[in-house]
Amino acid sequence: MSEAFWALGRASGVVLLVLMTISMLLGMVTRSGRPLLHLPRFGVVLAHRNIALLSIVFLTVHVGSLLLDPYAQLRLADVLIPFGAAKSPLAVGLGTAAFDLMIAITITAMLRRWIGRRVFRAVHWASYALWPIAVLHGITNGSDGRSGPFLILSAVAAVLVVAVGAWRLTEGFVEHRRSRTEPAR
Amino acid sequence: MSESLHIDWTRCRGRGVCVELMAGLRRDEWGYPVVVGGGSDLPIAPGEREAAEDAVALCPLLALSFRPSSAA
Ligand code: SF4
Repeated sequence: MSEAFWALGRASGVVLLVLMTISMLLGMVTRSGRPLLHLPRFGVVLAHRNIALLSIVFLTVHVGSLLLDPYAQLRLADVLIPFGAAKSPLAVGLGTAAFDLMIAITITAMLRRWIGRRVFRAVHWASYALWPIAVLHGITNGSDGRSGPFLILSAVAAVLVVAVGAWRLTEGFVEHRRSRTEPAR
Repeated sequence: MSESLHIDWTRCRGRGVCVELMAGLRRDEWGYPVVVGGGSDLPIAPGEREAAEDAVALCPLLALSFRPSSAA
């Protein structure tokens, strides 16, 4: 039975890497204000939101199954307080930190209408920290974290996030850049 | 009392989401939404309430809100 928890924890971790990467990419496309291929702008916003929420579901499975797995030796406190785990505290701690950030980002996003834009955006920025922390957690803590396939998956995800992130920093990122910087005619 | 969809241009950054959802909006040359007839208050047509709710919920910058429209 405990093997099953371990397998579930592992599988959900891989799914989380994929979902969180897609969510990051869609979030950055949302920020650009552009449609994505055939997906209209509101579709990009919706997809970003729904995939982010779906990753909360997988995060619950991920943490829940590893709490139940006796080999992981995870205590309830380790889910919320980073770097105190009995087994590989650093690698588990990265996961805990990512978990905390994810909860904060999700709650503030859902309450953004009430807490105001400033708080929402400030917390939402933490996504740029969350993503690398989560990837590092996967590599250092995953049973197959340093296996070929997982490293390749992480590398592909990293290339995509860095590429879109670099584009985000360029001049041409937002739509109508030209008409916004030149005087209107 | 009827309602209109109000665009707060000070918050909006012209991301264009609302224009895709509301037929009564168009984009100006900077990408910002304007009501087709002009102005920043779009009266909501009977069948458009849901689309307007989507627009309010999905605007990435929380720039849209419902307002009671002044009787015309
Ligand atoms: S969705 Fe929001 S930010 Fe985008 S154009 Fe409409 S009001 Fe502006």
